[in-house]
Amino acid sequence: MRQINPDVCAAYPITPSTQVMEQFSEYVADGLVDTELIATESEHSAMSACIGAAAAGGRVMTATSSQGLALMWEMLYIAAGMRFPITLACVNRALSAPINIHGDHSDSMGARDSGWIQIYAENAQEAYDNQIQAVRIAEHMDVRLPVMSCMDGFITSHAIDSLELLDDKTVRDFVGEYKAINPLLDVEHPVTYGALDLQDYFMEHKRAQAEAMKNSRKIVIDIAKEYKKISGRGYEYFEEYYMDDAEIAIVILSSAAGTVKTVVEAMRAKGEKVGLLRPRIFRPFPYNELSDALSNVKAVAVMDRADSTGAEGGPLYMEFKSALYNRKKQPLMINKIFGLGGRDLMLPDIEMVYRELRDIKNSGKIRALSEYITVRGEEAAYGKA
Amino acid sequence: MVKLKDLIQKEPIMEGGHRMCLGCGAPIIVNLILRASDAPVVLANATGCLEVASTIFPYTAWRSPWIHSAFENAAATASGIETMYRALRKRGKINKKINFVAFGGDGGTYDIGFQSLSGALERGHRFLYVCYDNGAYMNTGVQRSSATPFGASTTTSPAGVVIQGKLQKRKDLTKIVVAHNIPYVAQASPHNWLDLAKKAEKAFSVDGPSFLNVVSPCPPGWKSEAKDTIGLSKIAVDTCFWPLYEVENGKYTINYKPKEKLPIEAWLKPQGRFRHLFKPENAELLKQIQQDIDKEWESLQKLSGL
Ligand SMILES: Cc1ncc(C[n+]2csc(CCOP(=O)(O)OP(=O)(O)O)c2C)c(N)n1
Ligand code: SF4
Ligand SMILES: [Mg+2]
Repeated sequence: MRQINPDVCAAYPITPSTQVMEQFSEYVADGLVDTELIATESEHSAMSACIGAAAAGGRVMTATSSQGLALMWEMLYIAAGMRFPITLACVNRALSAPINIHGDHSDSMGARDSGWIQIYAENAQEAYDNQIQAVRIAEHMDVRLPVMSCMDGFITSHAIDSLELLDDKTVRDFVGEYKAINPLLDVEHPVTYGALDLQDYFMEHKRAQAEAMKNSRKIVIDIAKEYKKISGRGYEYFEEYYMDDAEIAIVILSSAAGTVKTVVEAMRAKGEKVGLLRPRIFRPFPYNELSDALSNVKAVAVMDRADSTGAEGGPLYMEFKSALYNRKKQPLMINKIFGLGGRDLMLPDIEMVYRELRDIKNSGKIRALSEYITVRGEEAAYGKA
Repeated sequence: MVKLKDLIQKEPIMEGGHRMCLGCGAPIIVNLILRASDAPVVLANATGCLEVASTIFPYTAWRSPWIHSAFENAAATASGIETMYRALRKRGKINKKINFVAFGGDGGTYDIGFQSLSGALERGHRFLYVCYDNGAYMNTGVQRSSATPFGASTTTSPAGVVIQGKLQKRKDLTKIVVAHNIPYVAQASPHNWLDLAKKAEKAFSVDGPSFLNVVSPCPPGWKSEAKDTIGLSKIAVDTCFWPLYEVENGKYTINYKPKEKLPIEAWLKPQGRFRHLFKPENAELLKQIQQDIDKEWESLQKLSGL
């Protein structure tokens, strides 16, 4: 954020995203950035101020987590519907109740229909890289939508991790000058934002918004390519890890993918054809590419760090199931809900999932479509396996 | 100082042809205030009658930049606009003076937008917040708000057999805003156009937040006649239900003292929402309303050193 040097930041403290704003406030206090900071009295007002500032005609950023994102809810939809290219660093944390400060994806997953582009980072390096790309994606003239760049609370946000920073000038040249469209501050050309939009126009505006989201599919890749030129680090819609000849695979978001990779390495060393697919762009959901990536796999476990209670499984699982529905070749698919409220996912837990996938591949039989793992009371089910 | 001649020569910023009711106080208030601005204005509007009836897509009544984003956040939205103005000014991208104004109804100000207002005032943004107080949630069908007067019948505080309208007294928002120690706070009424325009002018001249609370008659909600809007706002002041006063850097001044304070019945009687109060068995309630007003008026006089 320091390197991007936005015009305005409006935010409200909440663990674990607090430090993003604290650090940034120090940069402001020390004159390292000339951003105007608004320390609002709530997240609802933070997003409202972001909307006002974006409408006024400049670059705007914010950060939040969990309850803060929940309190912003109403305004998230409005930011997207008004097509303001705001970027938000979402440091993922469980939603209350019960209250818990640690990482899971229930906050941002709940906002998946709000019209924001969502990118999930595996580690601090990627979180940094995503944040810079987010500005370009959001502000692209074919998109003009807000972008939420997500990273796991504490695991990623507070871990001491080696980070390769680009120099300030490279970042500033990459993000470029902000291009305002119809700014409120252009008093010679008055515009009305947020008119009452009734039956005869509302759908056209929503459709235009949906088209912008579709357009962003191509843009996220274009920007990633450009970013590779300045950073050497390439990004795609998703990361494939030993997927070429994988017979069974785990699909998982964010930091937990790092742990899965260790297991994949170990199992590969024993000759097992296991793979990992880590989606990065969740909105827009690249359903064609993701379905292709799974087309030769026999059995898949989609692992969700959030539940959608009352549904057949977690949100990521449901996306994959619907993405594969029209495919002739469909892998058998199960869902595991893990890591809620920051619970660790350990190597043996992942091995257990791969073992179950192997059984499913061999027998063609699924014991449970969706279930919680690493949770008290699960021993019974696993004990029998 | 503002002059009538200058005021009427300016084009109205809120243009005619909008869908607000005949006799609505809000557009009168809005145009009077905006005409008193010494610079171009950028406006933020809370959800409510003023917003809904002035911008039915693809039409807009606004000749100045205007934004509505939600109900409870006009102050926060304005604070974002004003902050971006400062940011761009610092970076040399803009240099002309612009005034920032947020409009909210009593619901969007006293109730759901209270926190957002308080936060923006405390942060010290240079903007004017105007509450047009019609004493209920009119846009959604006359539900009670914390600005609804004691005894008024609304759709969520109906006068019935055992309950005689709203049982609670109004929140004194103007004084709560004064407690924020901002440079300028005032109460005004549309019937006294000169007083209102002068207050707007003062509000625009301060370097920080300012707040105007303006009584805004609403014929459908008050069950009054459209032709009585200006008359009723005058009686609101002459009964001291709505005293005209201002607080400049903490100093109270009463701007108008009725020669003869009218009894509150003069204001209640023409409004159908108070009809039940005139039943003989409710005489006590009327007395209580009068006592409360007398007490408030006395305390205001003390505050202004009289
Ligand atoms: C969060 C939220 N809650 C409720 C509403 C419904 N609503 C819209 S306008 C309104 C009442 C507005 O009352 P007020 O602010 O007094 O303005 P008026 O309509 O009286 O001019 C309500 C309840 C809303 N738009 N948003
Ligand atoms: S209902 Fe009342 S406040 Fe709303 S437009 Fe009509 S007169 Fe004005
Ligand atoms: Mg009202």
